[in-house]
Amino acid sequence: MYSYSEFDEGYVRERVRKFRSQVERRIDGSLTEDEFKPLRLMNGLYLQLHAYMLRVAIPYGTINPAQMRQLADIADKWDKGYGHFTTRQNIQFNWPKLKDVPDMLDALADVGMHAIQTSGNCIRNVTADHFAGAAADEIEDPRPTAELLRQWSTDHPEFTFLPRKFKVAITGSPNDRAVTKAHDIGLRMVRNEAGEPGYEVIVGGGLGRTPMVGKVVREFLPKIDLLPYLEAILQVYNLSGRRDNKYKARIKILVHETGLDEIKTRIEAAFEAQKKHFRGPEPSLVAAIEAAFSQPELDPPVMSISLDTPVRDPLLESWIDTNVSEHKVPGAAIVTVSLKPIGGTPGDATSDQMRVLADLAERYSHNELRVSHEQNIILPHVYRADLPAIHAALREAGMATANVGLISDIIACPGMDYCALATARSIPIAQEISQRFEDIRVQKDIGPLKIKISGCINACGHHHVGHIGILGLDKAGVESYQLTLGGDGTQTATIGTRTGPGFAADEIIPAVERLIDAYLGLRESRDETFLEAYRRVGMEPFKAALYSEAKAHAA
Amino acid sequence: MARAFTPKIVTANDLFEGDVIYLRADGTWSREHGDAAVAQTQERADELLAVAQAQQDVQIGAYLADAELGADGRPLPIHFREAFRTRGPSNYHHGKQAQA
Repeated sequence: MYSYSEFDEGYVRERVRKFRSQVERRIDGSLTEDEFKPLRLMNGLYLQLHAYMLRVAIPYGTINPAQMRQLADIADKWDKGYGHFTTRQNIQFNWPKLKDVPDMLDALADVGMHAIQTSGNCIRNVTADHFAGAAADEIEDPRPTAELLRQWSTDHPEFTFLPRKFKVAITGSPNDRAVTKAHDIGLRMVRNEAGEPGYEVIVGGGLGRTPMVGKVVREFLPKIDLLPYLEAILQVYNLSGRRDNKYKARIKILVHETGLDEIKTRIEAAFEAQKKHFRGPEPSLVAAIEAAFSQPELDPPVMSISLDTPVRDPLLESWIDTNVSEHKVPGAAIVTVSLKPIGGTPGDATSDQMRVLADLAERYSHNELRVSHEQNIILPHVYRADLPAIHAALREAGMATANVGLISDIIACPGMDYCALATARSIPIAQEISQRFEDIRVQKDIGPLKIKISGCINACGHHHVGHIGILGLDKAGVESYQLTLGGDGTQTATIGTRTGPGFAADEIIPAVERLIDAYLGLRESRDETFLEAYRRVGMEPFKAALYSEAKAHAA
Repeated sequence: MARAFTPKIVTANDLFEGDVIYLRADGTWSREHGDAAVAQTQERADELLAVAQAQQDVQIGAYLADAELGADGRPLPIHFREAFRTRGPSNYHHGKQAQA
């Protein structure tokens, strides 16, 4: 995988050195908080409810074993022995002390990591399909492009003070696992009539206060034109995006208020102007990046486990069924390690678990790990024959939960257990749902279901695109939870629809149970998923299940 | 008729540790909600907040929070957010609840 160049290394070290001096000046009183806050945010350091929080970038979710071990060591040395993997494929440490942060950043720099552009009104960490480079359905690995975008966007002088933050997601597969339609820019690899790969460019998607599905501004963009084209989009946004109102400052509002046709015209005009000055990246640079992402040589043993081979161990069988995906190389497989143990905190891993993951990646996955936006860890290149050994090691480390894609594989933001912006808690709701549906046979009977929980309207928990979305709010001084149904974060992206009035904290789990009961009662067969059933029957039967019973109780 | 004034305390986060702190009547800071000085009038609340905000080298983000007096006369949080801040997260035994 890609490793930092000397340029990257020098740049990151210099940033740490500067930040160290800024922290010293804050501590000795020479900088006020007003002066210091933008500086700390530029280095990923937030202040939350109970402590500081350091958000570390994991570009396009790709991480190697040495880096994972270093995260474990950082968690032990300067935090509380765990880290939280986020829906932006980053990791957050929840308990750093101000004086320790420069040392943490130096430790990150030792393994080519940093916390730059994990905050602020700049181009944020580029996210990507977590199966990139391994997925059977992929046209091409999108990560060379993601890395190119990382280099292009890092400290880009024109785009350091945008109207608002800016998020880019990329996928190389027709099956969108990167939620590209809910990003400021989504890039979906497609082929043109000549069979050449290029990008469909989607602009103006986003969740948050005003959720919108992104709109296609270019159906096919040749790869060579990508940087000048993105530069053009950013220029249009930077000049015309609203700066008068924080809540209307994202590009989705600009696209919405300006209209798609006009935005397209402006982007194309900027692109034409831009193209003349933009020779594109040096071919040698592109070639070097592509080489860094070349697929590991996979030589699966002939005698390997396939899903057709009966497996003796029912736990292993169940885990293979849910947590193992098809690899582009027959005999190889992609393992999704669930960070959603029953009753656990979605996305959390202890330092010991991180070390186990690093060991497994080294031993079985060609030194690669991925962080998914669904807050799980991926071993992208394993042999099917090694699945029993991997499963056994994960079981020992408490990471063998066989629930990927099921009701207990919940996305949840940190919510009011940590986040200063939250209006209610999310984690306890996720914990309770997974406990309520603990029985894996019940989970499998319910089938594919994505529950996503956010603790405020900023929607870090992607609740709008959950099949069942849960939004925590403060309703007159009490935690209250609003439900949405029918959301979808894939290539058929849809914003969920509100069911009606919200539920108190002690009512929300029974409400989810009623939704599930309603679904089980109305589905046409076991093959009809919750989302398909919802699309067929609409909101009414679910509304009836949610509210008629509540009324009966109240009466 | 003017609405009854809800008593206020001043709270912030500690600059160095990042944890939650409360302003005492003498202008120093405590880790305990119960130690906070209680303002019974808006004037007193503004006064306390000014004392806190002058301490840029100690605290971050000082603000007024509603409180009520417990049986022992010490202030208790009213809003659930402030109650969480006296304890720590609910998923792990970390933060103030672990130090108590």
